[in-house]
Amino acid sequence: MLIRRPPDVKPSEITSPDNYFNRRRFLAAGIAAGSAFLPGAAAAAELPAARGAKLAGVQPSPLSTEETPNSYEDVTTYNNFYEFGTGKSDPHENAQDFEPRPWTLEVAGHAERTGTFQLEDFVKPYTLEERIYRMRCVEAWSMVIPWVGIPLADVIRQLGPTSRAKFVRFETLYDRSRMPGQRSRVLDWPYREGLTIAEAMHPLTIFAVGIFGEVLPNQNGAPIRLVVPWKYGFKGIKSIVKMEFVEDMPRTSWAMAAPNEYGFYANVNPDVDHPRWSQAFERRIGAGLFAPKQETLMFNGYADQVAHLYDGLNLRRNF
Amino acid sequence: MDTLTRVRYVGKPLFFALCLLPALKAVGDTFGLTGSLGANPVEALLDHFGNWGLRFVMIALAVTPLRVVTGRAWLTRFRRMLGLFAFFYVAVHFLVWLVLDQSLRWSAITEDLVERPFITLGFTALLLLTAMAATSTNGMRRRLGRRWQQLHYSVYAVGILGVWHYWWQVKQDIREPLVYALILALLLGFRAWQRLRPARRRAPARNPQAAGSV
Repeated sequence: MLIRRPPDVKPSEITSPDNYFNRRRFLAAGIAAGSAFLPGAAAAAELPAARGAKLAGVQPSPLSTEETPNSYEDVTTYNNFYEFGTGKSDPHENAQDFEPRPWTLEVAGHAERTGTFQLEDFVKPYTLEERIYRMRCVEAWSMVIPWVGIPLADVIRQLGPTSRAKFVRFETLYDRSRMPGQRSRVLDWPYREGLTIAEAMHPLTIFAVGIFGEVLPNQNGAPIRLVVPWKYGFKGIKSIVKMEFVEDMPRTSWAMAAPNEYGFYANVNPDVDHPRWSQAFERRIGAGLFAPKQETLMFNGYADQVAHLYDGLNLRRNF
Repeated sequence: MDTLTRVRYVGKPLFFALCLLPALKAVGDTFGLTGSLGANPVEALLDHFGNWGLRFVMIALAVTPLRVVTGRAWLTRFRRMLGLFAFFYVAVHFLVWLVLDQSLRWSAITEDLVERPFITLGFTALLLLTAMAATSTNGMRRRLGRRWQQLHYSVYAVGILGVWHYWWQVKQDIREPLVYALILALLLGFRAWQRLRPARRRAPARNPQAAGSV
């Protein structure tokens, strides 16, 4: 018996009336999008490989905070990056030999443009921006970090997710020979994280490739990592090798390890405590031995920009 | 000089200085003389004193097994000092938490003591250690008689509470508290074994030959 499958037309492939009647503009846009990943295309972001190399053409951003950033030493010696050990100074000590080049990034799932890209080509079409953000760790400490990165929304627009793409999931490199912390089974490797499409498309969300105007140090998640400033730091997955557009909420590493303590959303929220400690206050790193903790702000102080993403969602249940 | 005189005038002062070294290291690190407390100095001090408090509880608990195994009775002379150092490091750990971490914010402190089980456990251990430290003099020992020994058996509870407190505090990597738990199991297991052994000896042997080989 012959069963005919319905034609597999992606919704995104159906030409909208608007585009149909503006054929010339549509063609131009298509050419620009198509050439974006080709070497030699209208390049903006240059990503040098050398450790500590200065990044060129970094634009300031109105989304940056006015607060004073932490010292370079604080940001690069006090890290949670279990791939290089569970102690705060372990990543600084154990990531020095890590070689983040050559690096490829795989794009998969419900998107028009999937495949494996060289990191340099992947970031090339975009403009590097400095984003000075507060970073609030789930362990109740915080920093202010001057990231350099590209808006994730720009990347996603280029990749063209279909209407079936409801979430984006990310994966860290899994290579025990290069990431010694992965020899311990403290987490279920590879590290996994995810966002809703709306969170991923939010202007605050970036792929960071640098700090302090320099190439991202290994211990901070070289060569490319996620930064979502209104969420707890563990959402900012490091050393990303894969992003995938999926239909269902992806499983994420900390929610897998302790589902009663860490959820998918992990929005900074002073009213919802960690089961074992309070989230109402945070210790600002670099404030000194006698500085009291400061109050944690809803959505880490980004409530005006992001609260609408969670309208109607019970934040106590969806922690 | 006999052994007891040597213990009293040489061994104990030297050992006292040795036990003080971790505290001196913390002071030196605070002023950047012996190292640094790193990016999060409050956490560093809290962990340092907490860790040494737990270590001294373990070392104090190791005295009796060591004395039994080696047959050196004078080891017991160090037990009170070790217990007092355990109390000292745990008390400083608590004060760092109270003053530097919580900045004496009493509402947050009482909330933590009541609502955070790992803090309740640690605080209970501190109360027991305080009671033992306060009754550690010879005079108190004489005055309390039998009850003194009963009170000081609570050092076993302090060991369990301390390890439990540490275990519940770590985020995910339980390897270090696991090491403490294993050492504690060994130290308490030794005592359980000691108590059961004479009971077994007294039991009528079904096989006289096997009993004779013990």
